[in-house]
Amino acid sequence: MLAAIRPDSWNYALFLHVLGAAVLVGALVTAGSMQVLGWARDKGGGAMFARLSFRTLLIVAIPAWFVMRIGAEWIRSKEFPSGADEPSWIGIGYVTAEPGGLLLLISVVLAGIGARRLAKGRGADWLTRSATVLTLVVLAAYLVALWAMTAKPD
Amino acid sequence: MSRYDWLLFLHVASAFALVASLVLYTVLIAALWNRDVPSEAVRLFRVQRVGDVLVAIGSIGVLVFGIWLAIDVDGYEVWDGWIIAALVLWIVMGALGSRTGKLYNAARDRALALSRDGSDAPSPELRSLLQDRRALWLHVAGIVTVVLLLIDMIFKPGA
Repeated sequence: MLAAIRPDSWNYALFLHVLGAAVLVGALVTAGSMQVLGWARDKGGGAMFARLSFRTLLIVAIPAWFVMRIGAEWIRSKEFPSGADEPSWIGIGYVTAEPGGLLLLISVVLAGIGARRLAKGRGADWLTRSATVLTLVVLAAYLVALWAMTAKPD
Repeated sequence: MSRYDWLLFLHVASAFALVASLVLYTVLIAALWNRDVPSEAVRLFRVQRVGDVLVAIGSIGVLVFGIWLAIDVDGYEVWDGWIIAALVLWIVMGALGSRTGKLYNAARDRALALSRDGSDAPSPELRSLLQDRRALWLHVAGIVTVVLLLIDMIFKPGA
């Protein structure tokens, strides 16, 4: 197979998109790992991991999501200018990116409220556990998107 | 899916695992920065295991699937300038990661030793290990190297 070489002008957009997506996945892995560790029974550790996972989602994942989406729109506008037929893998990207962003936002809110309640010594199991599940669902969706973006199924 | 599709997916997924490990280590370093209580540091270092798995899978995966792609794909050769640059950057990244890991593992081991001794009082020694500037700069250099690798992979200078 002959290697596909992109026009140079596409590379900046692709770099932004890939960097944002990679950091987003990294932030989700980090926050998800901390949230799972926070399920451990000792209360001090639970509060600490809840706070850290919330901050990771807020400070790293949300900005990375915007970088990923801006890069995605930029490269789409170059590769498929308006009117051009878009292949199905672009659709998979939209289906995962936008609802994933909404779920990410809900996860941040739940993680934030949960961390705040835990810091005050109040119960927050359902909040932090719901945030964990949402974080892991978003991570799984973005791994599907990663497959679609690289394998480009028809 | 063709073999090329699978190889590209596995290569990029490995690169994502590598970046994910760097994000995790960065968050961990930031979270540990102002800690001096051994039990808190030990708790936080539990996250490190995830990063260790990611960095192992990521660094081996990018190399193996990257070389496989270079051999498999017409138009690329392993001796192309941008691929040689990537291999050099991979070696630099490995060397930096190894040195960074040694410094932070020493801090983790000290926290574990203090915690096992039953001493959970704030430890200035532990704080200074966790705030080691050399370890921090080595980590930053590792991040820069991975960003350069990403730039090299996308822009493919000379291809």
